[in-house]
Amino acid sequence: MTAVEFKHINKQFKNSAYPALNDVSVNIEEGEFVTILGSSGCGKTTMIKMINRLYEPDSGDILLFGKNIRDENPVELRRKIGYVIQQVGLFPHMTVADNIATIPKILKWDKLKIKEETDRMLRLVQLDPDEFRSRYPAQLSGDQQQRVGLARALIANPRIMLLDEPFGAIDAINREILQNELKSIHEKSKCTYLFVTHDIREALKLGTKVIIMNEGRILQYAAPDEIVKDPADDFVANLLKTADLKGGA
Amino acid sequence: MFAYFADHSDQLMSAFWEHLGIVLSVLLISIILAAVICWFLLRSERATNIVVNIFSEVYSIPSLALFALLIPLLGLGNKTAIPVLVLYNQYLLIRNFMTGMQNVDKSILEAGTGMGMSKWQLVTRVQLPLAMPSIVAGIRLAIISTTGIATIAATINAGGLGKILLSGLRTMNTYKIVWGTILCVLIALLADTLLRLLEKRIAVNK
Repeated sequence: MTAVEFKHINKQFKNSAYPALNDVSVNIEEGEFVTILGSSGCGKTTMIKMINRLYEPDSGDILLFGKNIRDENPVELRRKIGYVIQQVGLFPHMTVADNIATIPKILKWDKLKIKEETDRMLRLVQLDPDEFRSRYPAQLSGDQQQRVGLARALIANPRIMLLDEPFGAIDAINREILQNELKSIHEKSKCTYLFVTHDIREALKLGTKVIIMNEGRILQYAAPDEIVKDPADDFVANLLKTADLKGGA
Repeated sequence: MFAYFADHSDQLMSAFWEHLGIVLSVLLISIILAAVICWFLLRSERATNIVVNIFSEVYSIPSLALFALLIPLLGLGNKTAIPVLVLYNQYLLIRNFMTGMQNVDKSILEAGTGMGMSKWQLVTRVQLPLAMPSIVAGIRLAIISTTGIATIAATINAGGLGKILLSGLRTMNTYKIVWGTILCVLIALLADTLLRLLEKRIAVNK
């Protein structure tokens, strides 16, 4: 089944001379881990922010599991989509548990269920519930904060996760660990992931499929080994070369 | 000094209660009005700047002049005094309320919106609690400002401790002036304590 379908999406921001997205069409199958790769300003973040309607396209349609997202209330739509950003954006005045339970509380889940699910999410992201439940975000390290960010996005059991450079601000060692954990969390679920990054190695490592973007267009959408074997054009080929240069890093 | 108070306690205390009444009702109206205005201003930073600038100009008009200007429109006494005091407070309150709301990290708001919080939920559950220190600071300033400017409202017959101060000034009665001042300070302290209690209650409820 198709999870996300972009149909001729165009978007140009008011203060920009160039379109952020230029006639983008793509089908993303359910259960894929799609990494979206490109330099800053190529439109990759714009793409995923359209799926949860933080941005609206100028023209074109986006279908989520066959339904046009225009027909849905944006707030309701977002509650069905997990959303993780680089800056994490935890609420500093709430404990870890309250942060994770934000949407369940709004949806008035049963108290016991909220507690159980919060603990389950903490264990899923490798944080000991007894130790971390009552801490505040300021008492966590960067990678622990992003673990909580992941738990908060996963608790409502979304069918689709949008991740906007989630590990961009995390040190190399912990980034590696988090990448592996995220991959295994994905493999255990049927959830579709869209993961924006500008790190080529990260994109090739995590993605079951990779979208390569430049100047608002999709240059190639294929499995990582296909991209390495058969780059669509010079831009993609050059991109892979620069990755090889950094191979030892 | 104390003998003077004992002799004139009726007069002093009635002015005190009158003054406290003015200050508290002005604060209540100002805070509600400022909150409503801020709700609309949340949409636009530009509109916020314009509105804050307008109120800052108003704030710079001497109170005596503003009282005098509005008497023909609203008449003598509280009918003019209370609107003017409310108007002055809007600058202090809106500026502080909005600073508090705008200083909330944009990424926190984006995360909140992105996970499906409505605008109202975002304001009440995230922005307001994070802006609370700045909001309370604004109210604290409004308390001090209102208590002071309300004494000048006595010149347009609005009563309160200003009456005591003015008549003390006219008759060169130092006792009267000192007692008027002490009671003014007392009102500011009282309102401040009230605010502190309220703040604690809100913090505990969280």
